[in-house]
Amino acid sequence: MESSTLKNHFPIFARQPELVYLDAAATALKPAPVIAAETAYYEQFSANIARGIYPMAEQATEAFERARAKIATFIGATTPEEIIFTSGTTASLNLAADLLASRIKNADNIVVTAAEHHSNFLPWKELCQKKKAHFRITPITAKGEIALPALEKLIDHHTKIFACTAISNVLGIINPVADIIKTVRTINPDTIIIIDAAQAVGHIPVDVSVWDADLVAFSGHKVFGPTGIGILFGKQTLLQDLSPVSFGGGMVLDACATETLYKEAPARFESGTPNIAGAIGLGAAIDFIDSIGIEKIHAQENTLAIFACQRLTAAFGETIQIIGTDLPATKSGIVSFVLAGAHPHDVASLLGEKSICVRAGLQCAAPLHESLNLAATTRLSLSIYNTEEDIEKLITALQEIKNIL
Amino acid sequence: MSSIYQAVVLDHYRNPRNSGRLDKPTHSATALNASCGDRLQMDITIKNDIISEVKFSGVGCAISQASASLLTEAVKGKKVTEALALEPPFILELLGVTLSPSRMKCGLLSLETLKKTLTTQK
Repeated sequence: MESSTLKNHFPIFARQPELVYLDAAATALKPAPVIAAETAYYEQFSANIARGIYPMAEQATEAFERARAKIATFIGATTPEEIIFTSGTTASLNLAADLLASRIKNADNIVVTAAEHHSNFLPWKELCQKKKAHFRITPITAKGEIALPALEKLIDHHTKIFACTAISNVLGIINPVADIIKTVRTINPDTIIIIDAAQAVGHIPVDVSVWDADLVAFSGHKVFGPTGIGILFGKQTLLQDLSPVSFGGGMVLDACATETLYKEAPARFESGTPNIAGAIGLGAAIDFIDSIGIEKIHAQENTLAIFACQRLTAAFGETIQIIGTDLPATKSGIVSFVLAGAHPHDVASLLGEKSICVRAGLQCAAPLHESLNLAATTRLSLSIYNTEEDIEKLITALQEIKNIL
Repeated sequence: MSSIYQAVVLDHYRNPRNSGRLDKPTHSATALNASCGDRLQMDITIKNDIISEVKFSGVGCAISQASASLLTEAVKGKKVTEALALEPPFILELLGVTLSPSRMKCGLLSLETLKKTLTTQK
């Protein structure tokens, strides 16, 4: 399928044919089957799950659990029981921090990297402050790669947790996750490893078993799914050892016993009515991705990102600084840049006036910007609905903006 | 939708008035715009409860820089109490444009910095 035909799957373009949407890393546009799946739940079988014993409730439960199974297969989990539904990556990572909190003592340390989104930085920083543990930040190289020799020095036998992103939300660098995890495990086999896969799932093939990660977080809305649904994957052996941190309906076996008896994972971590429509919509999003092929999606985004870098460099030469690595093989569909004499906010604002949507600012990654000595950046992030024509429109608009500012 | 990059904004962005630092200000402070990384610093000299001198420095977008330029021009010679009583609509009037909620914080960084500076004696 060509990207112009792929565009037809996204109803928003029927309403806004002029739209140039280059902000997939913030949230992906929604294809028709996802919108239809969510609507179908509300119109046809909007019962609560895992409670009612009437047919419609059973239909809802079945659809919900089918989505869980699809997600498990899609990311290489061993069983659907390793998939916990949350409201998004941020909620997943905060849940991970809450679940692991009781294991942290004051002589321990937690290691993160300077490339993290605030969601995979602040929960760990907070946890360290609460437990008086050491918070260690792995530096990044000038090109934005995680500095592996430095990481090897930071991990020791007191490292309880290592949290790392699979793909930087600013630079689009695909980190060698399996190698990084192997490095950490060689030094300390007991360290629990958490991967923020928000920019990876749906963009590159992800197999949590190949990574050998203990916990993996991602959002539904960045993989063509609905907002308000997310995933925390956890290895079964780890999940069964963790105690719940949120209590209520749906997660308990015997609430009256002196010592409350909770359900097994993942139910014990999913108190209350979940986002049923969101989960079903996410299942439809996985089907949509499978119908195109994840390898093809990655190849298309990678090719377009490299094209964008080449065109930006050709058009603006010395006056543009494209941030991060220039190795095409490690690029996802994210490109961040700084245009001399044009503040990213003005660039994004003026592009917005021309229906071109990009992100500007610190992109929820202040430590990364500080590490690379950048006040702010402009980011374009690509998806399968983007075309070379979108990039050409961007270049033309940027040339006009340079003349205005 | 008309552009927010009108002549007044662009003029004050390209040629900011009162840009720089004061040698011996009586008041000085910095304010940040956390989500965009903008930083504005103001130096003020107050004599007999009047803003006699004011300068600003820092990095920011056209909206935040132009609004700082316009605001410093507007408050020079004003009473401290008058300046402290200024509200957001005053900034929008100076800029002469309507700002969306997401750009409002860029426009209002100057006012926040001004009020912080007026209450931060060196």
